[in-house]
Amino acid sequence: MNGFTRTRHTARAQRRNKLATIGFYTLGVLVMLLIFWLLFTILSKGLPSLRLDFLLKQPEEIDPGGGIGPVLFNSFYILFISLLISVPIGIGAGIYMAEYAPDNAFTGALRICVESLSSVPSIVFGLLGLAIFAEYFGVGLTILGGGVSLALLNLPMLARVTEEAVRAVPGEIREAGYALGMTKFHVIRKVVVPVALPAIVTGVCLVAGRAFGESAVIILTAGLSTSGEMWDFNLFSPGETLAVHLWYVQSEAIVEDARQIADKSAAVLVFVVLLINFMFRFPLWLGNRRRGR
Amino acid sequence: MGAPVHGLTAKTQTSLEEVKRNTKRHRRHLLGNSISRYYFLFSILALCLVLGLVIVFIGKTALLLFTRISPQDFFFSFNWTPEEEAFGAAAFIVNTLSLTALTLVIAVPISVGMAVLCAEIAPNWLKSFIRPVLDLLVGIPSIVYGYLGLTVLLPFLRRVSGEGLGDGLLAAALVLALMVLPTICRISDDAIVAVPRKYRDAAYALGSTRLQVIMRIVLPAASRGIISAVILGMTRAVGETMAVVMVIGNTPQLAKSLFAPTSVLTSNIVMQISNVEFDSTWNYSLHMMAFLLLLISFVLILIIRLLGRKRRDA
Repeated sequence: MNGFTRTRHTARAQRRNKLATIGFYTLGVLVMLLIFWLLFTILSKGLPSLRLDFLLKQPEEIDPGGGIGPVLFNSFYILFISLLISVPIGIGAGIYMAEYAPDNAFTGALRICVESLSSVPSIVFGLLGLAIFAEYFGVGLTILGGGVSLALLNLPMLARVTEEAVRAVPGEIREAGYALGMTKFHVIRKVVVPVALPAIVTGVCLVAGRAFGESAVIILTAGLSTSGEMWDFNLFSPGETLAVHLWYVQSEAIVEDARQIADKSAAVLVFVVLLINFMFRFPLWLGNRRRGR
Repeated sequence: MGAPVHGLTAKTQTSLEEVKRNTKRHRRHLLGNSISRYYFLFSILALCLVLGLVIVFIGKTALLLFTRISPQDFFFSFNWTPEEEAFGAAAFIVNTLSLTALTLVIAVPISVGMAVLCAEIAPNWLKSFIRPVLDLLVGIPSIVYGYLGLTVLLPFLRRVSGEGLGDGLLAAALVLALMVLPTICRISDDAIVAVPRKYRDAAYALGSTRLQVIMRIVLPAASRGIISAVILGMTRAVGETMAVVMVIGNTPQLAKSLFAPTSVLTSNIVMQISNVEFDSTWNYSLHMMAFLLLLISFVLILIIRLLGRKRRDA
């Protein structure tokens, strides 16, 4: 028997191969359908009945027809505060790990720190924020507490995406900079960061999207209520966000239209997260296309 | 005659000024260079400080628990009735473990299958379609997963099983499986792509079919990466809170069936932490649960590191 005849054994192997290929494709199609069905369900339930005044009105406790104005504002405000704190430190840490860290035991320890921190469950950051702001400083549940705790949650992920982005910058470009007599920082500022910027921006957007929908941390640190005013920039007022409002409405609210409010809130939440993910990446993608990459 | 000389001196003067300016600029660059170095070091140390804060703040409060009750009462008692000073967390620990296991049983075959499809089988245009779509799944907030579980999955489970409520381990595991799917899939995908091409070529040259190459060559060669992916998925499943809270029923009891309302470590913390006094045994035991979660995720990260090191040695 030589290798070119089709034996029963090889025929069976080929049959199995075909079946498996079909099986893998079926799995892929099913999962893709599931994902699109999910997005469709969330968006189609909420978006069609969405009106502008729902986005701006106060939430109601008893009467139907409440809006999500202050909670939507708080979501963006807390996201802004958290990014303000976490982006400089996270990007700095990422650049250190990629550009400065020598290959020694100290760097190994730092790496373990970053990885452990990124595995810490979000609820634990919530407890930490509660312990620091509510117990230690005694300021209670505030926007500031929520923003800072959220920033702590974001830090390791920002550091990781920055490190990966900076590592992907080719070494020759750096060497060209050094050959011109630039200092290390100058090379980083003028050469490495501009080249790595698209990847960093993408990473920051992913982190921002995650932070916008984060709820476990915010429930414990910013609370389940708002100050009741629309444009309240006070850092020390309670800061219920949209994600938390969704939880509150479906679990504790007694208004008649809780279900509709929850549907619309979920749709707005997902819509904004998708928007954050795409809005900033689209110009970059367009730029890449134009440069023919 | 005078004009060119005048021009020359003027030029020399400007170049002297230029040299001075350049020296200043050079100093400024050197200063910026050394300051920035400290800034970057400060940033990474700030990250470590945060980890230290987490361990100290949670651990300090958690360890106070054992001044009130004995470790046996906490770890081995199934009786959680804080109103009667009974703080047995064994039920939550067992539930967390079984929920994670059930999630993985559902999620791992699907995600590894998707990873194989993405890395080995699908043509390029399909790959560049599947990968971004999976990223969409990562972007959906966990509270929305929970809400969908509550409004779509639970009614469906009620209809299928005929149970009264439908919430419990199975519902939570299904929701969690969907949440960890992209994590496991993307990292396994990378691990499979990283398998050297020559392994595949050698196997094809021996006359293997694609399925044989995948099952006997590619998956074993990528196994460490896939295990790392599964463990990363585990850390996400263990620590997930809001999606679980909404579908698990929140009843502190050991899950005896897939449809019994029950409670895990994370859901119990978030449901009860706002009702307790800071200086109470109740609060201490909730912090001890958080500390346990922390320990579990550290152990999992340690395992991933060990796997990574062995892979580099081999």
